[in-house]
Amino acid sequence: MSLIEVTDLSVRFDEVRAVDGVSFTLDPGAALGVVGESGSGKSTVAYALLGLHRETGASVSGTVKVAGVDVLTADERELRGLRGGKAAMVFQDPLSSLDPYYAIGDQIAEVYRVHHRVSRRAARARAVEVLDRVGIPDAVRRSRSRPHEFSGGMRQRALIAMALACSPELLVADEPTTALDVTVQAQILDLLHELRAETGMGLLLVTHDVGVAAESVDDILVMRHGKVVERGPVGSVLASPREAYTQELLAAVPRIDASDTSDVRPGGAETAEPVLEARDLRKVYGKGKQVFPAVDGVSVSVRPGETLGVVGESGSGKTTLGRMLVGLLTPDGGSVTGTSDVQMVFQDPASALNPRRSIGESIADPLRARGEKDEERIRARVGELLVRVGLDPTLYDRYPHEFSGGQRQRVCIARALAPSPRLIVCDEPVSSLDVTTQAQVLSLLDELRRELGLALVFVAHDLAVVRQVSDRVAVMRRGRVVESGTVAEVYGAPKDPYTKQLLAAVPALDPSVAAERRSERKELAEAA
Amino acid sequence: MTQSLALLGTEAASSSEGPAPGTRSFWRRLRAQKAAMAAGSVIALLVLTALAAPLLTALAGQDPNAYHPEAVDSAAGGVPLGSFGGIGAEHWLGVEPGTGRDLFARIVYGARVSLGVALFATLVQLAIGITLGLAAALGGRWTDQIVSRFTDVNVALPLMVLALALLAIVPQSVPRPVLIALVMGLVGWSGVSKLVRAQALALKHADHVEAARLSGWSTWRIARRELLPSLAAPIITYAALMVPSNISVEAALSFLGVGIKPPTPSWGQMITEADTWYQTAPTYLLIPAGLLFVTVLSLTVFGEGVRLALDPRARTRVLRAGKGSAA
Amino acid sequence: MTGFLLRRIAGALFVLFALSIVVYAIFYVAPGDVARIACGPRCSTAQVDQVREQLRLGDPVYVQYWHFLQGIVAGRDYSTGTALAHCDAPCLGFSYQTDQQVTQLILAKLPVTASLVFGAFVLWIVIGVGTGVLSVWRRGRLSERVLTWLTLTGTATPVFVIGLLLIIVFCSTLAWLPFPQYVPFTEDPEQWMWNLLLPWFALALLESAKYARLTRSSMLETLADDHVRTFRAFGVSEGAILRRHALRGAVAPVIALSALDFGTMFGGAVLTESLFGIPGLARELVEAVKVVDLPVVVGLVMVIGFFVVLANTVADVLYAVADRRVVLA
Repeated sequence: MSLIEVTDLSVRFDEVRAVDGVSFTLDPGAALGVVGESGSGKSTVAYALLGLHRETGASVSGTVKVAGVDVLTADERELRGLRGGKAAMVFQDPLSSLDPYYAIGDQIAEVYRVHHRVSRRAARARAVEVLDRVGIPDAVRRSRSRPHEFSGGMRQRALIAMALACSPELLVADEPTTALDVTVQAQILDLLHELRAETGMGLLLVTHDVGVAAESVDDILVMRHGKVVERGPVGSVLASPREAYTQELLAAVPRIDASDTSDVRPGGAETAEPVLEARDLRKVYGKGKQVFPAVDGVSVSVRPGETLGVVGESGSGKTTLGRMLVGLLTPDGGSVTGTSDVQMVFQDPASALNPRRSIGESIADPLRARGEKDEERIRARVGELLVRVGLDPTLYDRYPHEFSGGQRQRVCIARALAPSPRLIVCDEPVSSLDVTTQAQVLSLLDELRRELGLALVFVAHDLAVVRQVSDRVAVMRRGRVVESGTVAEVYGAPKDPYTKQLLAAVPALDPSVAAERRSERKELAEAA
Repeated sequence: MTQSLALLGTEAASSSEGPAPGTRSFWRRLRAQKAAMAAGSVIALLVLTALAAPLLTALAGQDPNAYHPEAVDSAAGGVPLGSFGGIGAEHWLGVEPGTGRDLFARIVYGARVSLGVALFATLVQLAIGITLGLAAALGGRWTDQIVSRFTDVNVALPLMVLALALLAIVPQSVPRPVLIALVMGLVGWSGVSKLVRAQALALKHADHVEAARLSGWSTWRIARRELLPSLAAPIITYAALMVPSNISVEAALSFLGVGIKPPTPSWGQMITEADTWYQTAPTYLLIPAGLLFVTVLSLTVFGEGVRLALDPRARTRVLRAGKGSAA
Repeated sequence: MTGFLLRRIAGALFVLFALSIVVYAIFYVAPGDVARIACGPRCSTAQVDQVREQLRLGDPVYVQYWHFLQGIVAGRDYSTGTALAHCDAPCLGFSYQTDQQVTQLILAKLPVTASLVFGAFVLWIVIGVGTGVLSVWRRGRLSERVLTWLTLTGTATPVFVIGLLLIIVFCSTLAWLPFPQYVPFTEDPEQWMWNLLLPWFALALLESAKYARLTRSSMLETLADDHVRTFRAFGVSEGAILRRHALRGAVAPVIALSALDFGTMFGGAVLTESLFGIPGLARELVEAVKVVDLPVVVGLVMVIGFFVVLANTVADVLYAVADRRVVLA
């Protein structure tokens, strides 16, 4: 008997068909990755497995059988027995997924007692046991901590521990590593891998990241617009996708191990004067005893027509550095010299545009601020800029909500271009976009750099993306640049142990490479 | 140009951000709420009544300050003659016990005072609150400190207390309704200022505000173009609930005898006087009290409706809270 | 935590200090013959002159304020018209109209207001939180709508209307209760309670509406949080989610608001005290304002302001303690 048997599942929210006739099965102990871009319905499928759509207003049809329970028709008791008992779920954001008011051990114990008639003490002991199992050091003491006292990775481990507590037959993981740094992501994926080998539970992993799936599952299911596009063993689907959409998706994924040399670019002339030079920049947050340096003595320079990639995990100070370069933050020490013609492209195009003003007005802002008053000239210039970023020039009077995420980011780029800057700082410009849109925006940026001779500072957490667009790279950690050099130097022959660790943590698209990386990570961890 | 226009097209992307911002969708969402619309109609009627007070009283052939000793039983201490406080063709809502003044005329003119004072007070509170809130959020650290402490002091002086004290001190020559509205405005702004400060602080470093800063605009222009429009929704929501609260405060001040002074009619003051008459002339209490209740209730319900219409997520939040699956 | 507390107390002291300046400025720098106003209409010219001398009204404003502050901190001497009396610190002044020290007068009124506020407080917490929890528990059903409308009605009814209705129904029509007349607890606890029952309810009905809404909205907000989804996905029953998780989210805001209201009520129950003839602080203030007994007004505003500032500080501390997520910095 299959662990999961989904037949012709459809889920509708009001008029939106989120999932449209999906069928698949999963054998006990097997692992299936559900991959798709936003709006593909992949999370909706995961939720349906535990009957989480009940009474949310969604209409669900088809049949869903999980561990012998018919989820759509089961009564409350049966469903509660399934949830957490036979099938457990791990969610995306580990901070908001735990109750902030209670100790982590108590929360796990509470869940354990729902499914087992045991004393509080026994449940608490079980909580400590599973916390220990998922690698929380000093589990007895840490089980008394509340979620905000844990780091992101520890919280996700705790959530996995909660899932483990009742020894379920199936673990459903909905984007379990999306909110985490790449090194932590690798640790969590390794943990899931180990646990699966040890307990023999089945895994359904929902992710937008093909690499994450390649690392962790046997089979892969590609979804788009609520439908299944393709299913097969992960190795064969990723190596030779049959469907056009899968091919498009895979082509758009930036590769860290790109073997093609076409991205080796002449870059800016080595001798040219830098457009911008920052020396020994410092920024300190907090005061009194709790001072912590966000940026601690960073020097960078950017030459015309060159892209400098700044890569780092959360808390590395890369965003603070970017904001100091454009002058949105005043450094506490050091200096920024060079051009003042600097603009910025922000991470989330939805929040970077004022929802109450037309996009044309937003783009025209820098022009008006510089004293341009002639309406016709402004409209003409905005039209030019819209064409420049690949949008229709007649869209001046449209509002941000009428555009998709990628289009909005184009609008933001147009606004940044408006005052004809010599340098644009891009702060995670593609991290909120789907992978195919991301590829389009990246190539637009590259095109602008070449055609307009712009210099770019590209701040991002994604090593593969940075590799794809940059000439030179600076790796940041805890406010300092730990390593910098050309792309070939840093990615080809990293010198700093942290850079090595970062590179080893990047998920590989090829399952055999992924296994290699896994053992590499183990070695690095043991060496450390 | 390698990117083709065709790839992106002009078609509006299907947006997951919810409905468009703008006044049209606001009215649509407001109209969808029956209770709010009913309350809105009541308010409209009250406002019309207040505006047309001279016309209405002329129609009724009554003057709010004319005594009608013939309409009360002076032997019984001034109890209105006739049933239900003297309600009839002559006096539509009966007469005031003791003096025999026409109740309809006094109620209608009282509506003018109640609504007018509450509205004016709200405007004063908004003007002070928005200015100080923005100053605290956008000014330097010291401006913020000073304004925030000043707000704390204002909070520490309960509105009623300071209003009572000030009204007793200011010379009687100042027109009472204007003075009361001013006093209420001067002491009741701390809520708005705290709201505006918090919201502006939260927005100050929003990406679109930072982008405007990079465009080269001045702080003042950014406050006007980027911050205020985004603050409009919370401010309107708050203001919609300030009006009924101000009506209650005005009535309470008059009830305490430090608000509107006779002979200017006011609902609160009528309720005070009715205190001694409720056994012999209950309508004299019930009519102003009932009207006050209906007015405040309608304004509150309408304010709630405005809140839901301005922030569609408020309703979805309730829906998202869901029923869970196990009831 | 200690640093946080110290900062809060320093802030509170500063606000009180500023409050005294504001009050002093309003009442003593206001136009008109302050000595005549402070002394009251019955004073003779000689007495007024004496008051002027006592209050040192001839001095510059800042010197006058200094003496006023000195009185609070160290006490001062007063002429009562016939003899010289010493007023111990904290001396809030002397009322020439009632021949009493303001501090004594306030101390006498304090237990009265405390009786009113304390009883009402217990009632409004029980009624308010209970209604809030019930309306969340019954959400989506008819009873929820009824509760919502009841709460709205409560919010919209001025306390003097509720109070009048209660008096009419329970005292006049049904004659179940005596017309409220304050009896000190020390004299007769039973009568104390019976006489305060109506004022308690009048105040509590109004306040509880606010608490019902707060409890309800905090619980609904928590129920929409992601962590509730986690516990649903792990088979925890809806009842347990409400009891353990949703209610916990309402604790901090309810406690904080309670502290705030409790303090504010010491000067805020003006209407209730006036309506039910309870001789408390707020009513005393109304009376003092009406007869322009300035020393009493100033003293009362200071004391009432003190309670508000105290309540604000306590509310902040309690919120931080109850929330546990807030970092005390």
